[in-house]
Amino acid sequence: MLVVVGTIPVPDFPLVTGQVTLNQDLINIGGYQFPVNRGTPALLGAALISCEVLGQSAPYAYLVGDLGLGEGSRRLYKYLEAKLKKAHIQTLVFHYLQPDVDWHNRVLFAVAEMSPRPILIADAGFMYAAKMSGQASHYDLFIPDVGELAFLADGQAPHPFYTRGFILHQEDRVPELIARAYAHDNAARYLLVKGHQDYLATAEGILATVDHPVEPALEAIGGTGDTLTGIAAALVSTGTAIDQAAIMAAQVNRFAGHHAHPTPATQVAEIIRHIPAALAQARGTKL
Amino acid sequence: MTWLGIFKRQPRPRPDESQADLGILVFSHTSEVIRAEKLLKTAGWQVRVMGPPSEIQSGCDLVIEFPLIEELNLVRTLEAAQLSPLQIVPVSSPLMKPVKLFQVKDFGRYLMVRAANMKLTVDQESQVIVNVSGGGCPDVPYLAQEMVGKTLTTAPRPKEIGHTLCGYALQLAFEEIMRQCSW
Repeated sequence: MLVVVGTIPVPDFPLVTGQVTLNQDLINIGGYQFPVNRGTPALLGAALISCEVLGQSAPYAYLVGDLGLGEGSRRLYKYLEAKLKKAHIQTLVFHYLQPDVDWHNRVLFAVAEMSPRPILIADAGFMYAAKMSGQASHYDLFIPDVGELAFLADGQAPHPFYTRGFILHQEDRVPELIARAYAHDNAARYLLVKGHQDYLATAEGILATVDHPVEPALEAIGGTGDTLTGIAAALVSTGTAIDQAAIMAAQVNRFAGHHAHPTPATQVAEIIRHIPAALAQARGTKL
Repeated sequence: MTWLGIFKRQPRPRPDESQADLGILVFSHTSEVIRAEKLLKTAGWQVRVMGPPSEIQSGCDLVIEFPLIEELNLVRTLEAAQLSPLQIVPVSSPLMKPVKLFQVKDFGRYLMVRAANMKLTVDQESQVIVNVSGGGCPDVPYLAQEMVGKTLTTAPRPKEIGHTLCGYALQLAFEEIMRQCSW
């Protein structure tokens, strides 16, 4: 079972859990609906469509409303601390949550009691908290962009906003930033770095790169990192090895972006619609 | 260590982890510290008054510790009460400064500015914000929802409706793109 933990940018959206469905660019869960857009909804949309194509059951989600004040995230953290220990989850994805080291650690302790322990994927705010807590190595996959990679590579920065300039200036030297992130113990077992060229790496070095097709406009489109995480999570949940799943996800995300003929004004929902064809293309199969 | 060994590891806190996501507010006078503490506690923040770290060379001999991620929201609360900190720094590294570097990418019709982990893209002809990307705090999807589709002059400012450091970074990108587009 694939479970996605994240937030919805709707005030007073309650804490809801359950299996998600997708209808006309709207995600449905527990009687609530919200549009597929950037953030956790984009991740869920991509994961859901990928699971459908892969013949997997739809993902489950633990969601709460949070506009950045952190109250919803903390309610969700509390729920996770109480419930995760007895949950049976194969792949667990943490996404847009208010970074909070104390709550992160409580959740990670709950995960440590799970049997079997799920594959852990972290992105966005929860990845920031994982880095800040010093527990990054407990995760199986982080999916940072280059700016976030610089944050992971900076042993002192408490948030990407404080990443030091001499590190930020290394944007065209991703392999060095990856090595630096691992040297500071601030990286998961696998790093999938999204950018002009996507990199898959471990502490041993770069395992693979994906650089085709190239669509420069994708950098400007909010949610394209979220779709990458959703596709990767769906593939991992099929039992595919993490490294293979990550490489394929990078390829699928690029194909989907390419098929959308994007401009910097394209919205991510348009790209999500092309995931089925992109998955078929990457797998060498027909829809 | 075997994979099984890694699998069974228990999370172990680093010695400084409890302070990793905290910041410090530095004020000129103790009276401001007292006012700020009362104001913030009344507003529901978990803050505490403490002595300044040795790296802090300015301000009085008391500082306020607060959740660093929520800097934008907290500063807005202070400013509404005419309280302006001299400095805001991370507890773990008091000498660190916020990112002041911008990356600008011209796509022709569209212009993108990146500040730290946040990117803002506008249509240079209409000055409509067409995309917000990057970031990981929960106010980012909300900011995007409220800003995309509006012009630079009619869109709400991230500093007005954002709450976190990602929102703060987006505000810097917004200011830079306003500067770039003010021809």
